Amino acid sequence: MNVPMKTVKNKRIKIITGNHAAAHAFRQAKVGVVAAYPITPQSPVVEKISEFVEKGKLNAKFVMVESEHSAAAVCCAASATGSRVGTATSSHGLELMYELLPWAAGNRLPIVINLATRALGAPWSVWTDHQDFITIRDVGWIQMFCEDNQEIYDTNIQAFKIAEDPRVFIPAIVAYDGYILSHTLMPMKLENQKDIDEFLPPLKHHINLSDISQVKGIDPVTTPHVIKRAEGTAPGYYEYRYALQKALENSIEIIINVHDEYAEKFGRAYGNGLFKTFKTKDADMIIFAMGSVASQARVAIKKLREKGLKIGLLSLKLFRPFPAKYLREYFKDFKNIIVFDRDIGYGFEGVLSYELKAALYGLKNSPFIKGFIVGLGGRDVTNEHIINGVYKGLEASKKGEITHDTEFLGLKLEELDFLKQEDNKNG
Amino acid sequence: MVNVMDLVEEEFIYPGTRACAGCAMALIYRIALKALGPKTIITVPASCLTVLHGMQGFCTTKVSVLHTPFMTTAASASGIVASLEEKGLADEISVVAFAGDGGTTDIGIQSLSGAAERGTNFIYACYDNEAYMNTGVQRSGSTPLGAFSTTTPGGKKSHKKNMPKILEAHGIPYVATANGSYPLDIYEKFQKARKIKGTKYLHILSPCPPGWGFPPKDTIKIGRLAVQTGFWPMYEVINGKYFLSKDSQKYLDPSKRKPIEDYLKTQKRFDKITREEIKNYKQYIDDQWTEIRKRVENY
Ligand SMILES: Cc1ncc(C[n+]2csc(CCOP(=O)(O)OP(=O)(O)O)c2C)c(N)n1
Ligand code: SF4
Ligand SMILES: [Mg+2]
Repeated sequence: MNVPMKTVKNKRIKIITGNHAAAHAFRQAKVGVVAAYPITPQSPVVEKISEFVEKGKLNAKFVMVESEHSAAAVCCAASATGSRVGTATSSHGLELMYELLPWAAGNRLPIVINLATRALGAPWSVWTDHQDFITIRDVGWIQMFCEDNQEIYDTNIQAFKIAEDPRVFIPAIVAYDGYILSHTLMPMKLENQKDIDEFLPPLKHHINLSDISQVKGIDPVTTPHVIKRAEGTAPGYYEYRYALQKALENSIEIIINVHDEYAEKFGRAYGNGLFKTFKTKDADMIIFAMGSVASQARVAIKKLREKGLKIGLLSLKLFRPFPAKYLREYFKDFKNIIVFDRDIGYGFEGVLSYELKAALYGLKNSPFIKGFIVGLGGRDVTNEHIINGVYKGLEASKKGEITHDTEFLGLKLEELDFLKQEDNKNG
Repeated sequence: MVNVMDLVEEEFIYPGTRACAGCAMALIYRIALKALGPKTIITVPASCLTVLHGMQGFCTTKVSVLHTPFMTTAASASGIVASLEEKGLADEISVVAFAGDGGTTDIGIQSLSGAAERGTNFIYACYDNEAYMNTGVQRSGSTPLGAFSTTTPGGKKSHKKNMPKILEAHGIPYVATANGSYPLDIYEKFQKARKIKGTKYLHILSPCPPGWGFPPKDTIKIGRLAVQTGFWPMYEVINGKYFLSKDSQKYLDPSKRKPIEDYLKTQKRFDKITREEIKNYKQYIDDQWTEIRKRVENY
């Protein structure tokens, strides 16, 4: 469903950063426990939340932990005790949380994390790419990406509703490009608290340690087997993980429904809730990208169309669960796809590129797909790079060159000595 | 001082746990849960205590237990406390973290220090069996000088970390040491800790038959020898004031202490201990008691 963006003259329009959009969403979602640790470029999220708590605008317990590992552990335990919880982080912070991420998924805790994306060291970089987001691909979370500040706010509210759906109970991560969105002021609408409350009722958790009349042993050792005893039958690890995978697969329908319900109520939609398309109707080639790269592609596409090239865009919003079925359906009539990854599946290709190839495997007349790497560590992704990629992609498509070799756009090797050394070596 | 008749009769661990025969940790846990009562939530990291709780789907305790990754014990407790505070239940329910010495002195020290510094309202209990027992007797920061472990096959070359002192340095209202062989003392200390607001830390020596190399029937005897030789003083530090516990008081007098060899020779893990190390132990014990004499308030 596509609901047009309303143009509103309204007091509820605020000019705020992406980080503050996330913080306002937490305030209006009435999170009960927040535990966080500062890291650039996410820090303003937790600073803003602290301010809300201190001013009494958010009735939450804010645990000022000593590391992101502990932030995630506090979130897990507070969620298991029945509170709505969330945190925010970036890059190294997310990597430090890693141990708790599959734990939260296995325990089916509806935690929401905001991620202001940032490159992973070494060497140090505080600027954006999507490697942190991509690296937690296999932990069993719902992973969503945003393209503007309004989307950050809207997606957060939806993320709680999705994660807390009794058919789901899976944690969710909402990502947006560090600095590009995290620190950029944009006008956006904060909804009425009453309307948000209607949309997002209080959490009814499946685990609640605070109810001491119900004695529970949560997450002790499981065996490889199902255990049968006089008291009952208990699943093995395998069954728990099966349940998680199936819940993730089935969550796509719920993600769409929650998105549509939100769009209906608040008048803002993001494509079908899984991906957003732009000028695809007559397109000869579709660009497949996420976040800042997709935003840049929108601008580049206008330039390309001025040159007579019919290019469109599919901007991926839901990365996990990967909406393969919907992508297959959407792409079945297209001939050419070009993927721009702001990440690498090191040792193979850009991750979006190979995942899309996998998703379209076996399609009749499957489209030609070529991937490029762009913008690691905050290197600007420019129109020129996108346009250059499109031309290269069209050429490769004509030749039918199918390759998994990575090609980086926007490298400045010619300005570096080591390239000369390479040339010398090659004689 | 409580006596046996004061202990609540109700058991909070169901019979038939997975702890080894003669495990002091199982005894400590049993007594602690009696002292804490039903309005308690426990959190436990990877350790022998995880194994004691048995397998998924069946809870071996009468209070809820949240298992948590190895280095997160105190953070996990902080999360439970924060959620209870949000719900206004924090004064009604005690939150208790129960971890091994590895989980406490090594991998979990950061989250414990953070929770203590924040003044988190919970009890942290470390049962100290002086090695990573659950993973096959590897050394920990709490393994004592000269002790064999599978990663110190020639005996450990340094003393154990003085964890209670580290916690004391956080300025928390209650720090105590105890020992599996003195259950009434354990009971009393948990009851006391439960009533104090803020972070409470209990460090409890926990003899381990397979890890230390002695027959299960000797657990109580060996725990007592640790106290009788002066190696393991039992005390409380309440708001900075130091009190020697009743069963340790007489060892202020050096002549009452048994020779350390009496303790060391009961356990196979000290088979390779050198004469030099034994001398070192004597000095270590003397120094320990010199400091106690300076600090003790009830003497
Ligand atoms: C991050 C991490 N590293 C290592 C382990 C493996 N591990 C599980 S329990 C344990 C040792 C526990 O030792 P201690 O805390 O002293 O408890 P004990 O088993 O002696 O009762 C280790 C190393 C783990 N579970 N998680
Ligand atoms: S190995 Fe030691 S501490 Fe662990 S259960 Fe057995 S006796 Fe207890
Ligand atoms: Mg141990």
